[in-house]
Amino acid sequence: MSDRRELGAIFLGGMVGALVRAGLVEAVGDGVPAWPWVTFGVNVVGAFLLGYFVTRLQERLPLSTYKRPLLGTGFCGALTTFSTMQVELLKMVDVGRIWLAVGYVAASLLAGYAGIQLSSAMVRRLRLRS
Amino acid sequence: MSVLVWIGVAVLGGVGALGRFALDGAVSARFGRDFPLGTLAVNVSGAFLLGVLFGAALHDDAYLLAGTAVLGSYTTFSTWMLETQRLGEDGETRGLALNIALSIAVGLAAAELGRLLGGLL
Repeated sequence: MSDRRELGAIFLGGMVGALVRAGLVEAVGDGVPAWPWVTFGVNVVGAFLLGYFVTRLQERLPLSTYKRPLLGTGFCGALTTFSTMQVELLKMVDVGRIWLAVGYVAASLLAGYAGIQLSSAMVRRLRLRS
Repeated sequence: MSVLVWIGVAVLGGVGALGRFALDGAVSARFGRDFPLGTLAVNVSGAFLLGVLFGAALHDDAYLLAGTAVLGSYTTFSTWMLETQRLGEDGETRGLALNIALSIAVGLAAAELGRLLGGLL
């Protein structure tokens, strides 16, 4: 069983991630059925950050019990969202914007994947120099 | 928007993250971590539940709390992408393609099924 402080770190990170995402949705709207800037933005930024945190914590810093639950599982996990993306896709298809939906999936995947590749490479290059 | 709603968003967002950790852990303990089934289970179940809320035409604060806060935090794009990228890095090209295709196909089907059921509520 996980210890309480690990669960506390996940909870805390999740609170902050959800607040940032929900705050952005309330402030600028979700944009759907046009391009969902908020979901797209938090997903790409969150993926980049997760690649940075996980690579740094796993391969560079001394083992820490709470940083990954706090920053990775909690914050980045909650900042980004999969379910909202699927429902946004349904809304696009509902109004006949099939190609927008295809483009949204493709752009999210490419930018998310590239972001993790980039942030992981950044951490590894810094490590090799030091 | 009241302060109380935002406190609710924060607390429920934390709960969603814990729910993801719990299910991912349970699925990974049962099936191993070679293929990221835990995240797939979380994302598909979350897409289904958000589809139910959408189908039931939940609005405003109720949708913000149950949908955006709980299910938004419960499901994750970043971990899904990280696990996919790591499969690619390890040369598991089939696993990479499968993880993307399964998540999108089953996720969309789950959201649509949820919407149909939610519409009956």
